[in-house]
Formats: sequence, C-alpha cells, structure tokens
Amino acid sequence: MKDLFPDTADELEIGEIAYQDTMIDTVNAIIKKYDHNPTRLMDILIDTQSEFGYIPPPIVAQISRTLNISIVDIEQTLSFYHFFSAKPTGKYTIYLNNSVIANMMGREEVARTLEREAGCKFGDVSADGLIGLFSTSCIGMSDQEPAALINGKVFTRLTPFRVKEIIRDLKAGKRLDEAVVEGLGDGANAQPEIRSMVQNNIRKKGPILADGYKAGEALKKIVKMKPEDVIAEVKLSNIRGRGGAGFPTGMKWEICRNAPGEEKYIFCNADEGEPGTFKDRVILTEYPKMLMEGMAVAGYAVGAKKGILYVRYEYTYLQQHLESIIEGGRKKNYLGKNICGKEGFDFDIRIQFGAGAYVCGEESALIESAEGKRGEPRDRPPFPVESGYLEKPTIVNNVETLCSIVKIINHGAPWYRSMGTKESSGTKLLSISGDCKYPGVYEIEWGFSVNDVLEMVGASDVQAVQVGGPSGTLIGPNEFNRTLSYTDLSTGGSLIIFDKRRDLLKDVVMNFLNFFIDESCGSCSTCRNIPVFLRQKLEKILNARGVQKDIEEMLEWSKILKASRCGLGLTAANPVVTSIKNFRSLYDKKIQHGKDYDSNFDMLIAVKESCDAVGRVPQMS
Amino acid sequence: MSTNGSVIRIIIDGKEYLSRSGVYLIDVARENRIFIPTLCNISGVKPRGACRMCTVSVNGRYMTACTTPVSEGMEIKTNTPDLHDLRKAILEIMFVEGNHICPVCEKSGNCDLQALAYRFQILVPRFPYSFPKRTIDAENPLLVKDHNRCILCKRCIRTIKDEQGRSFFAFRKRGHKLEISIAHHLKDHLNKEIAQRAVDVCPTGALLKKESGYNIPISERKYERTPIGSEIESLKQSVIGDQ
Repeated sequence: MKDLFPDTADELEIGEIAYQDTMIDTVNAIIKKYDHNPTRLMDILIDTQSEFGYIPPPIVAQISRTLNISIVDIEQTLSFYHFFSAKPTGKYTIYLNNSVIANMMGREEVARTLEREAGCKFGDVSADGLIGLFSTSCIGMSDQEPAALINGKVFTRLTPFRVKEIIRDLKAGKRLDEAVVEGLGDGANAQPEIRSMVQNNIRKKGPILADGYKAGEALKKIVKMKPEDVIAEVKLSNIRGRGGAGFPTGMKWEICRNAPGEEKYIFCNADEGEPGTFKDRVILTEYPKMLMEGMAVAGYAVGAKKGILYVRYEYTYLQQHLESIIEGGRKKNYLGKNICGKEGFDFDIRIQFGAGAYVCGEESALIESAEGKRGEPRDRPPFPVESGYLEKPTIVNNVETLCSIVKIINHGAPWYRSMGTKESSGTKLLSISGDCKYPGVYEIEWGFSVNDVLEMVGASDVQAVQVGGPSGTLIGPNEFNRTLSYTDLSTGGSLIIFDKRRDLLKDVVMNFLNFFIDESCGSCSTCRNIPVFLRQKLEKILNARGVQKDIEEMLEWSKILKASRCGLGLTAANPVVTSIKNFRSLYDKKIQHGKDYDSNFDMLIAVKESCDAVGRVPQMS
Repeated sequence: MSTNGSVIRIIIDGKEYLSRSGVYLIDVARENRIFIPTLCNISGVKPRGACRMCTVSVNGRYMTACTTPVSEGMEIKTNTPDLHDLRKAILEIMFVEGNHICPVCEKSGNCDLQALAYRFQILVPRFPYSFPKRTIDAENPLLVKDHNRCILCKRCIRTIKDEQGRSFFAFRKRGHKLEISIAHHLKDHLNKEIAQRAVDVCPTGALLKKESGYNIPISERKYERTPIGSEIESLKQSVIGDQ
C-alpha cells in the first residue's frame, strides 16, 4: 500500500498540482471556528480533510503559522490517524473493512471487483482521480459485512454485483445518496438525519434496550438527591465498566468527585474499536437520549459541567443525528443551565470525533486525542480521575455503562442487582457476529454460558469462539460451558463465532496480529516490535517451515509484552497465546517434527540480488 | 498521586528505605545506589516510559520506574532473573529494530545503548534482525539525524524546543513505522547551543553534530573508562539512605 504520508517531494506531485491558494482562506475560516485553539487540532484537521479530501503540506504550514506551533507538531497528529491523508485520496474514497469477519463474509471477492471496476489497486487512486481504494480495520458493522465507508457513508452487505453497481453509478456522476439502491436500515437509520442502510439487528432486548424509556426521568429524580447519594446508588448497584476493563463505576465517580479542582469533565467513550463490537453504534443510533442523560447524571454526581462524547470516525454518518439530539436536550432543559430547574446544575455536551485509531479506545489515549494530539496512552499514575482532559479530573465511561446508570437511577440499585450474578450485576449487551444465523445485538444477564449464547444465535458446528475481540480469548468447545462474567469470561461484548470451515491460524490469528501491528501507537519498544516478530514466526509455521522451538519462542516472546504501557500492548499477544493454549494441535500439525531448527534460510532468495546483478544463475547442488 | 513529600517507607529488593512520597522510583533508587537501567529517562524532564528498560515489579506488577512515584509501603523488586531477561530482551529488540553498526558510529563508547549491551553481555539477539531501510536526514546545517540509530526514546522531542516553545522534533506515523521528524522550517531558531544539547540528550548516535567528530579518541570515551551504571553504584551513601 502506498504511504499516505510520503517522504519525498516526487510522491507529493498529485498534491502539489491539486493545491490552490483559495484553500488557505477556507482553512483560516476553519481555524477561526475553533478559536485558534491548538487543543482543537483534531477538529481543525477533520474539517480540513472533509473539505478538501486531503491535507497537503502548504495547508499544514498555514495551520502551523496561524496556531504558532511547529509543523512537526501538526504532522505528529496528522500522520497518526488512519483517515487523515497528506495527498488526494480520490473524489470518492472507499475504505473497505479488512476484519476477520469481513473476510469470512466474502471480502476478497468484493475487493477484487472493486479493483477491477475502479481501475486501481488498494492503496491507490484511479488515474482519473475519481476513486481511491483503501483498507481499514473493523468499522463496527460486523453483523452486516462486508462493509465499506465511501466518503464517510456506510455501505453494508457488499457483493461483487453491488460493487459493480456502485462504481458504475459513481462513474456516471450520480451522488452517493442516489447510489443507495437497497433501501434504508431499520429504526432511526431511516430518519432524515441519518438516512443510512445500516441495520440495528437488535435481537434480544433487556432492561437497557427495553421500549418505553422516557427521557428526563432520571434527571428529574436526581435533582432531588444529593450528588453523594447518586454516587452511593451507583456504588450499591455494583455496576462495572462495560467497555471491557470492568472498573467499578461508582468508585471511579467517587474518586473524581473528591479530586481537588472546580473544573471537571465527563467523557463518554464511543470509540468502539475492538473488532467484532458494534453495540455502541446501535445505542448511538436508537438510544442517544439515554446516553446523554447518563452523561448529565454523571456530571451532576461528580460536579462536572462539561461532557465530551468521543465518537470514532467510522460513525461520522451519525453526526447530524447526534447533534440534533443534543440540541433537543437543550430545548427540553435536559442539557444547558439549571437543568430541570435545579439551580447550579449546568451541563452541556460537545462531540469529539476521532480519525481512525483503535488505541484511542484506551481512556488516556482518548483524552490525548481530544486534546488534539496523537492517541498515545499516558503513563499512570496520575489517573484521569485526578488529572485527565486538560489536566483536570475526568471521568471516562463507556456508552453502555452510562445508559445502564440511567436505568439504575430510574429503577433502583436493588432492582439492578437482582439481575446477573453476585459479582457481575445487571445485564450486558453482546455484539455477536461470524458463523451464525442471527448476528446482531443481544442484551443478556451476566452469567449466560457460551453454550446458551450459541444456541440463542443459531450457531452450529462451532469450532471456536473469540470472546472479547482480538484482545480477548479464543476458546474451543471444551470451554463453551464457561459463563460470561467478570469472574469467568470477562468481555466488552464482542463474540465472534467460527465454524469448522475456518482456518483459525491463517484466517483468525494472523488477521488479529496484523490488526495489532497496524494499530500500535508505537510508543513502547515492546508493542512496536514483538507483534511483528510473532507474525514472522506464524508466517514461518504457516509456510510449513516451523519447528517445535518456534512455538515455544512465540510463548516466551509474548511475555515481553507484559512490560507495555497500555491494554493494547498487554493483550496484543493474546491471539497467539490463547490459540496455542486451546488449539495446540493446529500448530503441531503445521510444524516439522524431528527437527531441532529451521532457520528459514533460503539460499536461492539470499543470492538472488547478487545473481541478478552479475547475470549469474545460482548453482544449487 | 499526592506529591506532598511526606517521609515514607518502601522496600526495594527486600531492604527497607526511607524516601519522600511522590519522588519517581528511578530517582529514589539512584539516590540509594541502585542502578535501574534506562534509555529514555533524563533527570528533571517529565518522564515518558518509552523504552520500558526500567521496568520493575511494584507490588507484583510491572511498572516503569521512571514514571512511578513512590508511595508508602511499596514493595519493589528491581532485579529478579525475569526482569533481567526482560531488559536484555528489550535491548535486543532495539538492536534488531534499527541498524546499529557500532564500529562505524561516532558515538561508540559514548552510547548508552552500546554500554547497556555490554553490561547485559549481549552476544547474539534472540530476535531476527530486520535490517530496515532507513534514511539519514542531513538537511539541517548543524545536525545530522540518522534514523538507522534512532531508538525512538523521545528524549529530543521532550527536551529541545525553540525560544517560543515550538518543537524541533516530533513523532511521525505510528506503530512499527514510527519515526522522528525534524522541523526544518525552524532551522534558523536552532542555534549551535541547542544543537549541542540535542546531541547530548540523544542516548545513541542518532543525532550528531556536523563538522566535528572524534574529539575524544576511541578508548578514552565515557563508557570505555567506566561501565554504565557504575557511576550510580559507586555513589556515596545518601542522607536518607538505607536503614
């Protein structure tokens, strides 16, 4: 794939030609919109990219001059995020998901058709500049793959036939809206603010997703309570973070409330980047009022007046929808000043979009990103609850956690604790995808076994289940009696099902390793390199060159990642480690037995360059 | 984490020490003549925990000593066999990740990476060499940036700014494509004194001054006279030293 951040001027040629002086006025207006505030660099870059389709060096220089920060400090952010580009990426930029599920659902054929119809390879732009083809990590559509983003608009369930139609329409000069021929999705997806073909696929509703939610009920209740009592109720409910890490929410709120300082922030983490997860997308689509009410409740409880909803770039198609919900909340006085008539209860929300980086789901990386920087996780301590956004005490909660809180306030902590298990109270939204009849979102009580789940979703002939996405665990049938809970199989909600047709090592483990390699921020020496070494080993094994020692070394080398700073590095070897643990026979089948080592050395390849240079034919005896 | 500076007790490698709360663990260790190797830390500059060399076990968890403030009752292990091997592995990672050819490097003998490799007795790295194709950026009139030798420790990024606080150095890209870029548009602000500081903070030969070299002859250089770490391990006992 061509580099979107070229090193040489030659590669920049297209950019230089397309660049025009009028762009400067546009970018100046964008910078002004954000009050010349360098901490809003993400928004400035997102708007610039959206305006021009790319951000060429003269524009970077202009932003640098206007904000009086170094060009390299703009480039460090610009080059970090997947969806920014320094050169044109086509009038229509197509990002085709390359997740394991997309591959299982026929991505390869779709990709080849795209290349043929567009007339360019992936990583490139067609000669007429009309279409650019790129790959991207999971875009949160695992229940309707293969899927792609075209100029931010989502196209799901792609087939070679559909692709031909879409490219034909784009070549004919049709607008993207007109290229949608298969109708709109269910629920709010069909509303004018979204108008998307995305499907919600809500398959099982529980108390969070239940019908009959009335916005504002929880707010009207808490304004009669002391903030401390709100926190006490949350603590009593025993709810833990639903993003995957499982930190007790009430405790987080309490520490933040007690942290010194007047200015505090509530972040909602809607970065949802773990491949196979999409339940937050459904909440953002169908239950955004509940989410924002949850943020306001958190604001009241900890004494924060500002909330930031951090949404992954892949969900920008929901922007208008979310903004209109915020505006509606203000009109109803559920946001704004003196909320629900309570003197001094002020809280408002702004949306911060990401620009393509899985690591930004880590709470301190998310905060860095919202400050306009690279999404590099911070060193802790200090934790965000003490020093977070702009060094102020900050709460970062998952979308589902905040929605659950609204229900806890409405129905009480004892009601919530009556569901789930002793240690894991309440319910969990699952994003289920892969080989099953009914992929989609299911709300279950904690304590469900994997077997129950498989029966529920219509999965048969199951070889393995990836619980918790690539950073989680790959388990086989002998563990399907395990239960989903914080004390057994802890999960942020992603379950990917593989039936017996799938090649777990080649299709799954390799895909996950590539994912972690692409998404590492690179700051830690360990996370930047070890997954690359593991990939080399796995390649060797898949090429039938591996020996026993390679498997042992993979396990040994994986341990080095335990010295990494954040969850990404700490879990990046999980696909390798859990597949070796639970599917050892697959590795054993691929390696050479009775051999101590195979250096992978190939004489023909080793001497090829010199032979080519002197015109010799290598003589292999 | 409170940095109130109250006197606390901590245990390092089984021995009890007094310290002030909030001081970074690596500094407490140094004061007490315990050498914890590091490549990215510089005293007095906000730490970053980039190289992971100073990883220690704090109450059974791996933490970087350069970013962890000490607090009451902490139990720290700095040099178990596992930690020793971990650090050795990290050093090996750095050697195979870049192109470190010590015999042709001006920094040889003054290089922290090389000195630590000697201390850890590295012979052949366990990982495969990647021999990456990297460039040398010689556009600046005073400095040469050799990406082959860069270990991405962020020292230059964190310390070298111009008079308006603007960065001369920054990260670019991410993951295994990560590199450091130089702000060529600020070259008029990068004077000789700043250039010298940049060279001095670089733990390897990735930043070198133009038009001079080998001012100190080979065999008389810093780590050729005293091995790395010995300057700490031979320090006099500190005032709040071991009990």
